[in-house]
Amino acid sequence: MGILSRVSTIFKSKMNQALDQIEDPRQTLEYSYQKQLELLQSVKRGLADVVASKKRLELQADKLKVSSATLEQEAKQALAVGREDLARIALERKQAAAGQLDGLQHQVEDLQKEQDKLTAAEQRLSAKVDSFRTQKEVIKAQYTAAQASVKIGEAATGLSEEMADVGMAMQRAQDKTDSMRARAAAIDELVDQGTLQDTLAAKGDPVAAELGKISATANVESDLARLKAEVASGAGR
Amino acid sequence: MIVRILGEGQYDLEGEALQALKVADAHCFEMVAGADEAAFDRAFVEVLALVRGRGARLPAERLVESDLVLPASETSLEEARKLFTSHPV
Repeated sequence: MGILSRVSTIFKSKMNQALDQIEDPRQTLEYSYQKQLELLQSVKRGLADVVASKKRLELQADKLKVSSATLEQEAKQALAVGREDLARIALERKQAAAGQLDGLQHQVEDLQKEQDKLTAAEQRLSAKVDSFRTQKEVIKAQYTAAQASVKIGEAATGLSEEMADVGMAMQRAQDKTDSMRARAAAIDELVDQGTLQDTLAAKGDPVAAELGKISATANVESDLARLKAEVASGAGR
Repeated sequence: MIVRILGEGQYDLEGEALQALKVADAHCFEMVAGADEAAFDRAFVEVLALVRGRGARLPAERLVESDLVLPASETSLEEARKLFTSHPV
């Protein structure tokens, strides 16, 4: 017994729970069709949600880029008036912003993938709903109640499977956008408070956090040296 | 046999391809029990590639029940394990 048979069993039990609730074949037809249309609508809403979350992250990335440029400018000004301590703080914050920017870009890519998947899911479901609508009319017109029951069963099962599949894809997309919303809100707050450097102390792996700090410190030092040179050459002119 | 890859669609596999799938699937399932993430990924990718490469993709408008179902392609070892422990078969 492998993955295939296990997943099939799990998945079908989910599907059957939905199907078992209806007994009258004529009712099944209309009920299924209504459910399909509802699901299609909610896939469309889910897609809009993913797109909106992606937009929001992109806006935040833009904000971080601006903030990063401002901090560099501030560091330069601080050095020009001999305040290396202030310059260092500004550059540390710039490093933190760069780290966040990196994370944001990955998430934007991630959401793009979800968007593509949901778009494909919507197209698949849409094609099946269309085909179900056609079959529904044929079944109603051509079959006796007993025959109709069998025919409807086949069509409805094929479609329920797609519906269950799309439902799971939507759930995954929803989970992703939820966690990103929380993160986005946290970044907004940090940008507003100007305390980005706190996020450098990454949760979880202490070694990675320490290495991150070391590389951020190295970047701060090299930025500092570069700006000092720029300020010196500017003052010499 | 109709095989569905969740999040992707349905494929029709026959004969030798089906035999090959059974072997790859059994191997993949063994990997779920292990702790080697990379080995699971390799085994799972092989199963997916077999279905996509040797199966005939069904048109989206076909209304037919699948005989077998595979989890979505981005399923990790941890998710696969969770899938089987929360739904003992």
